[in-house]
Amino acid sequence: MKSRIAFWNILKKDIKNYYLKPPNISWGIIFPLSWTLMQLIRSPGENILELLPGLMAMSVLFGTTSMLSVTITFERSGRSFERLLLAPISLNVMVLAKIAGTVLFGMFNAFVPIIFASFSTDLKGVNFGIILPAVFMIAVSSALMGLMIAVSANQVFEAQTFSNFFRFPMLFLCGLFIPISDLPLFLRPISYFLPLTYGADMLKSAVTGANTLSPVLSFGILLFFSVTLFLISRHNINRKWIL
Amino acid sequence: MLSVANLKKTYGDFTAVNSISFEVQKGEIFGFLGPNGAGKTSTINMMIGLSRPTSGEVIIDGIDVRKQTKKAQSIMGIVADESNLYNEMNGFENLCFCAALYGMEKSEREAKARDLLEEFRLKDAGKRPFKAYSKGMKRKLTIAAALIHSPQILFLDEPTTGIDVESSRQIRKMIKALKEQGTTVFLTTHYIEEAERICDRIAFIAKGQIVASGTVLELMDSVSHGHSIRFVTSKFAENLTDELQSNFKGSKVTIQSDNTLIMESEERISLLPVMNFLYDKGIDVYEAKELRPSLEDVFVKLTGIESSVLTRDEKKGGRK
Ligand SMILES: Nc1ncnc2c1ncn2[C@@H]1O[C@H](COP(=O)(O)OP(=O)(O)OP(=O)(O)O)[C@@H](O)[C@H]1O
Ligand SMILES: [Mg+2]
Repeated sequence: MKSRIAFWNILKKDIKNYYLKPPNISWGIIFPLSWTLMQLIRSPGENILELLPGLMAMSVLFGTTSMLSVTITFERSGRSFERLLLAPISLNVMVLAKIAGTVLFGMFNAFVPIIFASFSTDLKGVNFGIILPAVFMIAVSSALMGLMIAVSANQVFEAQTFSNFFRFPMLFLCGLFIPISDLPLFLRPISYFLPLTYGADMLKSAVTGANTLSPVLSFGILLFFSVTLFLISRHNINRKWIL
Repeated sequence: MLSVANLKKTYGDFTAVNSISFEVQKGEIFGFLGPNGAGKTSTINMMIGLSRPTSGEVIIDGIDVRKQTKKAQSIMGIVADESNLYNEMNGFENLCFCAALYGMEKSEREAKARDLLEEFRLKDAGKRPFKAYSKGMKRKLTIAAALIHSPQILFLDEPTTGIDVESSRQIRKMIKALKEQGTTVFLTTHYIEEAERICDRIAFIAKGQIVASGTVLELMDSVSHGHSIRFVTSKFAENLTDELQSNFKGSKVTIQSDNTLIMESEERISLLPVMNFLYDKGIDVYEAKELRPSLEDVFVKLTGIESSVLTRDEKKGGRK
């Protein structure tokens, strides 16, 4: 009961203080929007639906990884984060509350491209029953990667640099823009170690049906990734933040 | 209420806290007095569960902090050495958020937040964002935040460092009031006067070790044996020294200046006979004062550290 109150208030505070701030909201809108425009200008005839999975994955990725790592590093440098570590709630509840805000923010970002797409194309063929879990799992796994980054970074700029270090290679290796089968052989194993690869595959199955794995399998793999990342992060937090 | 046994903290091969032990009774204000780098914050952090002891034990109200950290934390109020609330939120929101971390219901936490803002005279500031506060206001709100869940024991790491005289006075008054309400207080400071003024018991800490501890009087007695009294007189003659010493057995008389002499003795010195003796010799006594070592003298004597290490900080206004 007490944990529930703490969880809910940490989430509410983060949403109000960070995620609803205009500069942060714009990230989720401007970046995917400009990308879409760029793609459309480059190849005008292209079907927006073909672009949609990549756009959504990108929006989630950009909305989550850096948000969580930057906000946590920010709170740690101002030392208000100590309050969360000292609160009589379990580390699990605290970490989950921090992640929950980012996940919601990431999911919101994912729907921005969908809304834009709905103006210019018919979304009848899109399977939202798969989109929702796909977006959710991409958000969860990227938020957890953000958490891993937060644990290794000591300053906000470090957190930002680290997240870009992970994000850009991930985007190009996940099969959204270059099919994995076209990647050089030595890069392919890396692709299969990236959660985004499975999230992207789920999105493709929902939007264009051009997936390689069954969405259920991808979901399972993403779940496995997430639980592993969570356990690693929790272990690292225990080790690094409680000195 | 608080019992610390053989607590030790090493960072690499550097020992920040070296096997310290002490106890704090319920309803007592206990202070750690020591210079920068003495190990005060390292000790507090281990007691509150923010850092892991290398070895040793901390028991708070029967709860082993290392084993049941969260349970122990639920009865602690914690004021870190920096005012670490959320800049973006106003005073009221900050207090309510802290209350929520301790699982307080909405109506309860809002009522308590209002009370505390009033009590700390921050009522108007309650609507302003924390980042717009002055240092003193930030400190007060940080203390209020630590009290929001009515903790049984309050830890304050340098509550008044970098704060002006008036705010410091208010903060000390609040700490004393808390004690009246039965809260146990553990605080650290590097102001001798602060320790002397509000602590029931003090421990001198230097280089990670407790050099001495006790009430102010106990600490003073530990360095000064016997008593000494300074007499200010109308005049004084050298030859009276011996006469005084033979008349008052066990006493040692030294002349400080033309009209000041100091009489030392193992026993307490009764004033009237001495004054009568001098009066009979035609000497008027204008002043007689018992000389006690100041806490500062005691500190210097026991720790071997120049007291300027402590007082210099006060003039500078402390660190950020
Ligand atoms: N994380 C750390 N890693 C290495 N050394 C540390 C760490 N934290 C503290 N120390 C060292 O331990 C010693 C004690 O530090 P501590 O912060 O406990 O002192 P303090 O008494 O609180 O001093 P101050 O009055 O400056 O706050 C210092 O020499 C400090 O450099
Ligand atoms: Mg300190």
